[in-house]
Amino acid sequence: MRLTGSEILIHALREEGVDVMFGHPGGAVLFIYDAIHKLGFRHILARHEQGAVHMADGYARASGRPGVALVTSGPALTNAITGIATAHSDSIPIVVFSGQVPTPAIGSDAFQEADNVGLTRPVTKHNYLVKDVRDLAYTIKEAFHIATTGRPGPVLVDIPKDVSNTPCEFHYPREIHLEHYRPRYEGHWGQVKKALALILQAERPVVYFGGGAILSGASAELRAFVETLGVPTTYTLMGIGGIPGDHPCSLGMLGMHGTYRANLAVDRCDVLIAIGARFDDRVTGKLDEFSRYSKKIHIDIDPTTIRKTVHVDIPIVGDVRNCLQKLLKLLADERGLERFQQRIRPWWAQIEAWNQEHPIAYEQRAEGELLPQFVIDKIYQMTHGEAVITTDVGQHQMWAAQYYHCKAPNNWITSGGLGTMGFGLPSAVGAQVARPGERVVCVAGDGSLLMTIQELVTAVEERLPVKVAIINNRYLGMVRQWQQLMYDNRISGSDLHVGPDWVKLAEAMGALGLRASRADEVEPVLEKAFAHPGPVLMDFQVRETENCYPMVPAGSPSAKMLFSDPVG
Amino acid sequence: MRHTISVLVRNEFGVLSRVSGMFSGRGYNIDSLNVAPTLDPKVSHMTIVTHGDDDTIEQITKQLHKLIDVITAKDFAAGEFVGRELAMLKVAPSPDARAEVLRIVEIFRGKIVDVSPKSFVIEVTGGQDKIDAMTRLLEPLGLQQVVRTGPLAVARGL
Repeated sequence: MRLTGSEILIHALREEGVDVMFGHPGGAVLFIYDAIHKLGFRHILARHEQGAVHMADGYARASGRPGVALVTSGPALTNAITGIATAHSDSIPIVVFSGQVPTPAIGSDAFQEADNVGLTRPVTKHNYLVKDVRDLAYTIKEAFHIATTGRPGPVLVDIPKDVSNTPCEFHYPREIHLEHYRPRYEGHWGQVKKALALILQAERPVVYFGGGAILSGASAELRAFVETLGVPTTYTLMGIGGIPGDHPCSLGMLGMHGTYRANLAVDRCDVLIAIGARFDDRVTGKLDEFSRYSKKIHIDIDPTTIRKTVHVDIPIVGDVRNCLQKLLKLLADERGLERFQQRIRPWWAQIEAWNQEHPIAYEQRAEGELLPQFVIDKIYQMTHGEAVITTDVGQHQMWAAQYYHCKAPNNWITSGGLGTMGFGLPSAVGAQVARPGERVVCVAGDGSLLMTIQELVTAVEERLPVKVAIINNRYLGMVRQWQQLMYDNRISGSDLHVGPDWVKLAEAMGALGLRASRADEVEPVLEKAFAHPGPVLMDFQVRETENCYPMVPAGSPSAKMLFSDPVG
Repeated sequence: MRHTISVLVRNEFGVLSRVSGMFSGRGYNIDSLNVAPTLDPKVSHMTIVTHGDDDTIEQITKQLHKLIDVITAKDFAAGEFVGRELAMLKVAPSPDARAEVLRIVEIFRGKIVDVSPKSFVIEVTGGQDKIDAMTRLLEPLGLQQVVRTGPLAVARGL
């Protein structure tokens, strides 16, 4: 079969099982857009390339399948970089195709030329410039393989305009030749046995899992593992949904805005079992005081995460799911379980006492100002913890993590590593495309949302019923909180009192706009939004100066938490 | 502590910047880096000299392995490998120092590869210490320029 480069791309995507891409056209990808038109491939038009990549990212996180984005050369690619870097930080499998000026023009500073491969090298797992159409099909095959295997991540394929229009014989390769790229999935049996022996001797064990548990699809195994042991379990921002947030073994999230009991448990434990997590600074706080009394087990598919910042006693390189299956196999024949559970009973009592001391809680007065936590709590109650939640970055993100007890994996979609404001709305669009019949709610900040608000038009065009709940406090709230606590309340550059009328903005873009500023208005607004068939923007005007607690100030040990605004 | 890391890479477009970018992006140092073809035209060999504590070197080799184009990365322990460097030194000695320069060349088993009425170009190979020593001796005698390859390394035995 003889096809042009553009047609090869479409056929290759179909071979990979891709049925939708998110993109924005331009000069260097006109042949590809022509092939999209002629061959009838589903394309969702983002209004900005950053949005297109976040959509592909949200699609990947919600579906567990790779997301695909298409952008043109030069400024389109530079716009896409924020999205690519976001996916890179959170290890999300996406494949981004970018247009490039024709091969003879490369390096001549041509119109809309940029060194796409050079620009994206530090923020991709791998990238390619396809200079010869005969390499295109194989390159796409390799790109999808690399994006989705091992520790997943974004891969960029840069296609010059002439390559996209050159015909060549098309065979989609069945195999790839990457002899030296062999991610290790199988956890080492000896290490697994050693790990379990250490766990069963523990008096104060804690499981701490992260995004790796979600990415490897290990939720069922993880749940079986913690239930069999009956072990206290905490998770990172990226791990939310790995076990249900209201599970009896769950201590809630740990880290900077984690629960007191989770941080104390990790601080005082004698065995820490890290699963698909990377000891991020938002988790550890002051590094040399992090979990000082514990022996550490670390399961991760990426060898570079092991001993990167924290010393580990028993490292296990392997896929989280594979390693947990091995642990479960060993546990099936284990006779010491009852003794173990007996032994850790005082530890559970201690953890419960910490929880009594400082629970995650808020108090909404009927006549008082609307509290952001109350809004999240209402969304949680009305969706029974079963909605797909996307967030932007800031206070609202942390409140959502604290109060929305996600029931299932792939339902919590947030920019954890890079902390990209503006991620929420486009990733919700991608998630809704991946899971059309399901409830998708974007918990947004009034600062973040304005960065990618144009994608509301995409949601309107595609009739995607995403519900955006703006936690509108008229500040860049997290910045204001730090300025209040650490910069003597000098509010510098974080005041957003001049902002849009969100209801009118929603209407101007063809969506429904709703507003609530009192506690009793929240439920009716949410009911109306959920009953509406299209996208909705909800402006929740919350208490402007509410701060997010508990909090570990940056650089402090994670057990030293603040619980409320300092007096005076 | 100085380490010599031997790296085999796929001879792909941009592979050098992937390797050097990993070092600069993560704040690791490159003391010297040498790239050359191998017997297999699809594979190149890099010798990278770097320094850092054991944890840093462990991370560097892991991060190198993580690059898709890297086939192997081996951190050589002292004594495990033969390391050599080639240097070319241009000297313009005064007439009465020319004989002294030639004597030094002989002691270090160097070679004169270019000669003019006022200058020599000397070729010398050896460990880094040897070349450092020779450079120090030639400095007061009119050393003009030093061009070094940086160390190359190969494992001892099979």
